[in-house]
Amino acid sequence: MILIDCPNCGERNVAEFRFGGEYNPRPQNPDDPASDAAWVDYLYLKENKLGVQKEWWYHRAGCGLWFLAERHTKSHAVEKTYFWEAAK
Amino acid sequence: MSLKLLKQGLNGSKSLTPMWREQPIKDRYDVVIIGGGVHGLATAYYLAKNHGITDVAILEKRYIGRGGSGRNTTIVRSNYLTPEGILFYDESLKLYEDLSQDFDFNIMFSQRGHLTLAHTDASLRTMRWRAEVNQLQGVDSRVISPDEIKELVPFMDLSDHPRFPVMGALYHPPGGVVRHDAVVWGYAHGADKRGVHIHQLTEVTGIDVEQNKVVAVQTNRGRIKTGTVVNATAGWCTLIADMAGVKLPVETRPLQAAVSEPLKPFLDTVIVSGTLHFYLSQSDRGEIVTGASVDPYTSYSMDATLGFAEGLAGHILELFPSLGKVRLMRQWAGLCDMTPDYSPIMGFTPVEGFLVDVGWGTYGFKTGPVSGKRMAELIATNRTPDLIAPFKYDRFFEGRLVGEKGAASVGR
Ligand SMILES: Cc1cc2nc3c(=O)[nH]c(=O)nc-3n(C[C@H](O)[C@H](O)[C@H](O)COP(=O)(O)OP(=O)(O)OC[C@H]3O[C@@H](n4cnc5c(N)ncnc54)[C@H](O)[C@@H]3O)c2cc1C
Ligand SMILES: [Zn+2]
Repeated sequence: MILIDCPNCGERNVAEFRFGGEYNPRPQNPDDPASDAAWVDYLYLKENKLGVQKEWWYHRAGCGLWFLAERHTKSHAVEKTYFWEAAK
Repeated sequence: MSLKLLKQGLNGSKSLTPMWREQPIKDRYDVVIIGGGVHGLATAYYLAKNHGITDVAILEKRYIGRGGSGRNTTIVRSNYLTPEGILFYDESLKLYEDLSQDFDFNIMFSQRGHLTLAHTDASLRTMRWRAEVNQLQGVDSRVISPDEIKELVPFMDLSDHPRFPVMGALYHPPGGVVRHDAVVWGYAHGADKRGVHIHQLTEVTGIDVEQNKVVAVQTNRGRIKTGTVVNATAGWCTLIADMAGVKLPVETRPLQAAVSEPLKPFLDTVIVSGTLHFYLSQSDRGEIVTGASVDPYTSYSMDATLGFAEGLAGHILELFPSLGKVRLMRQWAGLCDMTPDYSPIMGFTPVEGFLVDVGWGTYGFKTGPVSGKRMAELIATNRTPDLIAPFKYDRFFEGRLVGEKGAASVGR
């Protein structure tokens, strides 16, 4: 069982959360035509890493907040969790 | 065949020959296929059989059939939603119908019929839509009422007691199940017989690209020169594509399945419920073979989870309360390469000589034959066959996604 440490509520069973996909920031200049490839990358292409992945989680059966986690995609060990503001 | 079996039985199987041989590894092949699943093996088989291309190696990290090809729940059907999807899946189903003959080896294809249950008005509507598109493409598929379902599956609770009562079903008579190991071994045997080399315990660790062209692959057994590499590694495909510098729209998710202890025969169709998230069939040995949706987060782990077994059992009991005392015997997981439009990615990539046959998600066992046949054609002619053109890698850059989610997300 994976335990996830919600930065607001503390450690809970993964069943309380919804996975939100790997962290992938939006292209910075959405109107720049040169950013088409960046949008394809943002929308579809994935790192799909084997290793520690930075990813979104949503505490749906708890505080209802989105946050980031660094989780190993094979051992499932969650190394860190934090709010997006703290990631900047 | 049966006389041969009897003889083998009496002489202690002494004269049995292996289905494929271990060959010395060469330092150069015309075509190198990475991944010894049904897709890689079928591609090699049709390269040799249909096009006479036999200087081909399959490189498999562990043993053939170790991936999804040996872990799936063996459902074959062609009642998909999009016209391009239906044509493609139907060619595979037709190939499966002839495969035992083709191999001279029984793959035990049982076309017992496939039922997708509707529990809501919305899903009934999608099924009518699917039935119409299916019929237009000549696929035997129709919506049936609960009375007709009762005839086919008398054990299922069709009353209004379940939380989501059954309102109808999409019935697809030619759908069914196949023995997956037999398909893997049949392709391996046929490819080996025609000169293809199957190298197990051979892991690809790098791909050498020069001036945007593939020139070799690196393995734990040395460097192998080649101009054509096929990535057929399903759940691991991103790791291989990374080696060639190609980024894929793929997310790896585990898909779990389970079998029960053997029961007397009571179920002779495949049952799928999208709303309750489960599907089941009964194997020739009497076990209930069952599964659900992919795990709710990305992962490269093939461990089974208790949460999955609990959820699955609860859903099955909604419709089959009589199975309450039946014990689960085994549970396992395989890795699935999920794409955003629930459709595969086949053919050329921006790197010359680096081909992909990936994105098989939870539905790629049934497409082994057609993918192998068409990827072989693509390699032999250096041009994309029309049937698989909708699934090209470039579609993500052109905004031409295929949109098969409605028919592929739970039904397998
Ligand atoms: C539980 C479960 C149930 C399913 N049920 C169905 C079903 O009912 N119907 C259906 O149509 N589909 C089903 N599927 C999906 C189907 O099994 C897969 O889509 C299909 O088997 C993929 O085949 P493949 O040949 O592409 O890959 P795989 O069979 O996964 O083979 C990939 C191979 O690549 C090898 N490999 C990985 N990395 C390397 C490397 N670096 N070097 C060399 N080799 C490497 C792996 O060892 C593996 O053997 C199911 C899947 C699962 C997990
Ligand atoms: Zn919380």
